This record gives sequence, structure tokens and C-alpha cells, in this order.
Amino acid sequence: MHYRFEKDMSACGLTGFISRNRNRVDGEAIMSSICNMDERSNGQGGGFAAYGIYPEHKDDYAFHMLYTDADAKEATEKYLDRHFLIIEDDELPTRKTAGIVDPPLIWRYFLNVDEEVLHMNACDEEDYVVNAVMFINAEIPGAFVMSSGKNMGAFKAVGFPGAVGRFYKLDEYKAWTWIAHGRFPTNTPGWWGGAHPFTLLDWSIVHNGEISSYGINKRYLEMFGYKATLMTDTEVTAYLFDMLLRRHKLSIEVATMAIAAPFWSQIDHLPEEERKALTALRQVYGSGLLNGPFAFILGHKDGMVGINDRIKLRPLVAAEKGDILYIANEEAAIREIASPDRVWMPTAGEPVIANLKPEKDIVKEAPSCIKV
Amino acid sequence: MKTIDAAGLHYKAFNEQVRAAVRAGEKNIHLVNVNGQRFIADAMPGDDVKITINGVPGNDLAVFMDGPTVIVNNNAEDGVGNTMNSGKVIIHGDAGDVIGYGMRGGTIHILGNVGYRIGLHMKEFETQIPVIIVGGQAHDFYGEYMAGGVQILLGLNSKKGANIAGHFTGTGMHGGVIYLRGGFEQHTLAKEAAIAPMEDADYKLIRKHLKNYCKDFNLDLEQIMERDFTKLAPPSARPYGGYYAY
Repeated sequence: MHYRFEKDMSACGLTGFISRNRNRVDGEAIMSSICNMDERSNGQGGGFAAYGIYPEHKDDYAFHMLYTDADAKEATEKYLDRHFLIIEDDELPTRKTAGIVDPPLIWRYFLNVDEEVLHMNACDEEDYVVNAVMFINAEIPGAFVMSSGKNMGAFKAVGFPGAVGRFYKLDEYKAWTWIAHGRFPTNTPGWWGGAHPFTLLDWSIVHNGEISSYGINKRYLEMFGYKATLMTDTEVTAYLFDMLLRRHKLSIEVATMAIAAPFWSQIDHLPEEERKALTALRQVYGSGLLNGPFAFILGHKDGMVGINDRIKLRPLVAAEKGDILYIANEEAAIREIASPDRVWMPTAGEPVIANLKPEKDIVKEAPSCIKV
Repeated sequence: MKTIDAAGLHYKAFNEQVRAAVRAGEKNIHLVNVNGQRFIADAMPGDDVKITINGVPGNDLAVFMDGPTVIVNNNAEDGVGNTMNSGKVIIHGDAGDVIGYGMRGGTIHILGNVGYRIGLHMKEFETQIPVIIVGGQAHDFYGEYMAGGVQILLGLNSKKGANIAGHFTGTGMHGGVIYLRGGFEQHTLAKEAAIAPMEDADYKLIRKHLKNYCKDFNLDLEQIMERDFTKLAPPSARPYGGYYAY
């Protein structure tokens, strides 16, 4: 796991899709889509998030771990063993792939939390898991949590995204939401932990752009127990969404208005009620405002969201085909894997939201004919 | 006519084929299965070369182009006509952001909608006057830092009086002219752009350009001319002069 402290011109590519009906597909399509935009990355980071991949472990926290050495692994396992019930652990399957060099130890754990421990700590279960992630990343040298959600996982590395996908055998996983990123690091090193997506619990985020408010956001989040340790600006957005959406229970629409707030000059022209609401939101979450260019795709257990900065400094295109929503930097990345019924460019600062249908509402249709 | 298949090709290999065809004297080239290949017709000379694209071309289509006519039968992505010098781009679908960025000559005709920062810092010199005409709506920062040239926004599918150009229209504008067919709210206009009176010469200019546009898309010019136009022009050629001058 090497570090390369270089500065390059920026780009980054992102793409993702979600089947609202929870139809799971393997990783071939998402790899084709992100590879269409290889020009946007430079081999200094690639990564994927997939949802619905561990149905046999859907109630366990799936920890994907990166370790620089055996000591880091030993220390982390000691910690996990003390604080969690380890249901299962194994090496995350990988294959030797051209373009992926010097991999760290990559391990996977399915974890449960003992209710008695929660009770003794007077702690919410998800907060307990967040604290564990923060502790491992900040306090155990050489150990980094790639992902920590249920029935989902992140897969990231230094390399072009296509090679990263092959390395992690994504052709062998099936997911209803796939998100991908090709990195072109700008201000921070290209290293395994710094590749996208950034995750916490079941939140995963990929980002094209630059969070110039990183310092303010980082210090703000520290007050709530979040520690930014991964040396990439995007990390703060994962924690910010966890705080706004899970802990403060804001809707995605309201959270987006907080992080990509309209300008005061625009707020001035809104009807009284909206003006008051947005003024309050900007006052409360002033330090959560994200400055600088961004296009995001946010994945979570119930859906997928695409968001642009408020003045559209990065490209973002959405498309729909049947129950599937596609979001990508470029229309061609979507057309690489689908012939959509509708393609549109979302308005700056307005989220594109797709939610999974609740499992009980999905009627499994009998196939009307067999395709040859 | 020569057909070149882009399926599965990286833009470098693909554009080399297109370039070789033009060098060999081919005047009518069809590109098929295009999907995201960048820089098509970049810096390409040849007033009599026609390139037809089926599929979605990638970013910076016709960048630095100097003569040819490019027809896109689908949507286009960002940066069409970046610093283009002459020639024509005709897009039958929508186009993305920063169309005609720094454009210095030639024509871009788009039938559908466009994204943000259309005509960003386009410029003119004597007889080199670039023209961008958009049939649908535009998003924010339309005509940003515009230094010259002509932009016409038609809002063909918009209701009469609807705001067709987003916010911050004409931010930093210090040259050229914008014609909006339809209304917009005063507060969406940047302070560097101002409403100017429509005169006979303006209608003449609009008619001249729209005649050409209507021919490309088979539209009825008189029907388009039924609605009023608003003219936007910069009141100052140096809006930021006070900031930096000593």
C-alpha cells in the first residue's frame, strides 16, 4: 500500500445505477459504464460500492478492511473481538490483476453488536459502530475501514477502475445498487484508503470535484465525534450525510439545501415561508455548507441520490429505463450499458432521488415468455 | 461518402481514422456507434467537409475547429465548439455545459435544451462573429463573461413569458449581444447585462440568423418570429475596470 504525493489536474469520473425493484445484477455493467470515462481518471484510484450483495448476512455489519501489515490486522482483530460478535471472517476475494500493484492485506468481517454492551454503554447501535470505525481509522496504525454497512460493501484500490473491479472479482457479486468512481487526485495522495467511495455504515459517496470548505467541515464534524483520517476531502461528505440524514433525521431534500444552499441573493426573492426556512437552515448548518465544485452520487440502504453543487461546476446526467435510475458524469457512460427511455440534466443543487421499493411491495412477475 | 465505425474505439484511434479520411480528400463522412469519444473534428480545417455523427459524441466536440460542418443526430455532451474558429455544428438533441466556450467564429445550432454557461467568454473580431442559437431553454450563467458574438435563445417549448435562461444571465458580460425569445425575471439578470431597445437592425439580424437555423431543423421562421424578443447588451465594455485600474 504505497503513497504517492503528487498533484495533477482535476477530473474524476462517477457513475451509478439502482434497480428500484431490487433486481440484482453482477458487476459487469458498472465496470463497462465507468470504463467509458477512463479519460476522467489517471489510475491513482478506483472504487465501487454495491448494495444487496450479502443477503445471507443481511443483518450483520460487513466490515471491509485494509491493513498495511500483520500487526495492524492483529490489533484490529483484538479490538473487534472485544467490542463485537464476529460472526464470520475471511480474506476478501481478489485475483491477480495487471495494473493493481502492492495490495495491502484485505479482510472481511461480518459483525454483530451484543445488545447488553449497547445497554451498558447507553448507546445507539449505529453510533456504536460509527465510534468503532472512527477508532480503528484514527488509532490503529495501518488499519483502515473500507466499509461498515449491512448488506453492502465498498471495494477500492489504486488503479484504473476497470482493473480495480477485476481485482475484487465484482463479476461474482450481485447488487441492486452499483456505484463507481475513477479517481484523478488533485490535492491529496493517491492511496488505497483515499480512493472513493467513502463510506460509513451503509452510506457511500463518490465525488467529482473539490471540497474547498474541507477545513471548516472537518472541524465542524469533529465536534460531533467524526474524525477525518483518510487524507481526501470527500471523506467529510460521507460523515456530513451520516450526521444530517441519520442523526439529525433531515430529509434528503433538506440536507441538500443545507450543503448546497442557494445564494442569499436567490433566497431574497423566495416567498416568505421558504425564505425563512432557508435562512434558518443556512444559519444552523453554516459550517456544513460545502464550497467548491462537486457532483456526488450517494448510496444508502434505501436508495441512491445524485447531487450537484449549486452553480453546476461539474457535469451530471441522469437517465431512466424501466425501474432503473442511472446517474453519471457523461451521457455516454449511461448509453454504454442502457438505452434509456429518458435522459436529462439535473438542475444545480437539486437532488435526483431514487428509492428502493419495500421488499413486501415487490411482486415477482412470472416470465411471460422465454427469451432465446 | 465514407462511414467510420466508432464502436469500442478509444478517441485517439478513432479520430486518427477520421483525420486520415479528411486528408485523403473525403468530403462526406458518417460516424456511427459514437459513444463518448472526445475531440471529434478538433482543429479540423476544410470548409467543404461534412461530418455526420450518430450516437453521443464526447466532450469538446469541434474544439478549435476551423471550417467543417458537423451534424449530430443525438444529444451532445459538454464543451461543444470550445474555442472554435469557423464552420458549423448542428445538434438535433440537447447539449451539455459550456457550449461555445471562448468561441471566436462559426455557428452552433442546437434544437433542444442546453446546460450551464453557454457562450462563456465567446468573442468577436471584425468580421469573425460567432453565433449560437438554442431552440430550448438554457440554465444559469447564460452568456457569462461574453466578450462578443451573437446568442439567440428561443424557448420553443416554453410558455409565453416563462423564464427561459435560469439565473445570473450575462454575468460579467462586456461585449456581444443576447436575444431572448420570451420573458425572464429581472432579478435573474446579472448587473453587467442590461435590457436594450430592439431596433430594426436587431430584427434584421435575428431574421438573417434564424432563417439559416430554421433551414437546418425544418422549422417555420414566421411562427418563431411571432413572439417578442428581448435584447441584452453590456452597458460597459469594462465592467470590472474600477477593480483593477490604478
